[in-house]
Amino acid sequence: MLITCPYCGPRDVVEFTYQGDGNRERPDPASQNFEAWNAYVYDRLNPAGDHNEIWQHSGGCRAHLRVVRNTLTHEILSVAFIRGAHTSTARRKAEDKS
Amino acid sequence: MVERQSPLEPEFHIGSHGNFEHGVEIILTETGPGSIVQLAAWPGEEKKLIAAIRTVTGLALPDGAGGGLSDGMKSVFGFAPGKFTVADEAEGLAGAFAKAVTPAIGTVTDLSHGRTAIRIAGPKAEWVLAKFFAIDFALPAFPVGAGRSTAHHDVFAQIQRTGSDQFDIYVFRSFARSFWKALCHASEEVGYEVQ
Repeated sequence: MLITCPYCGPRDVVEFTYQGDGNRERPDPASQNFEAWNAYVYDRLNPAGDHNEIWQHSGGCRAHLRVVRNTLTHEILSVAFIRGAHTSTARRKAEDKS
Repeated sequence: MVERQSPLEPEFHIGSHGNFEHGVEIILTETGPGSIVQLAAWPGEEKKLIAAIRTVTGLALPDGAGGGLSDGMKSVFGFAPGKFTVADEAEGLAGAFAKAVTPAIGTVTDLSHGRTAIRIAGPKAEWVLAKFFAIDFALPAFPVGAGRSTAHHDVFAQIQRTGSDQFDIYVFRSFARSFWKALCHASEEVGYEVQ
């Protein structure tokens, strides 16, 4: 399985660390809504198909990535930096063109 | 001045080794730069950091992820978004950057004693490195001056191409001797010389 890091390009999955389900929404830390906390900690969609995930390129540039992966085929549909628009994001493309 | 000891020393054997009857196809050296510094820009401050690198080293970073260059004495390359490794033959680079990179721009980390720089050169350099790292070492994919961050069996490595058949590899000092031994073993089949 290859994940195309927006900074480093296509890399083997062993360079990446899975950081969990990307669909979770953390309640306000002051919240006492136990149902919301229970859902945040335990509830998972476990879909057979496209799944939002968080990965870290821990064996490379160490950036955290938002990945959409198909859980049936392991196809990677999209990869993006979690941190918003970063000036370096477009730099890989600039190099590819040269 | 205090002489810095090499972590490779017990396994550093100058001369030709391995299958070199038909010629030496790999040259292994330790470059031993006086300074190795890691720079990181806060989000949005990358251009100011790149300008500071130019001011301190005289090297103008090219655009592109992992872009870099080397003038033989000083080397710089990007290894992550907004982060750069700079090496210099001379000592004192961290001090110079501490003045140029203000706390508003980013951070300066002196890794001169934390990393070991190993140079692999020769016609079979790409071949030997391809046995270690699952990245494309071909010249069009990995141009001269560019840097890559990757890992070999969880030993993090930053690689800069400093010539068409020459690479500088920065590894953790504590893993350097083990990595060096592995590099020597991998180079045996093509014949290598330690200089």
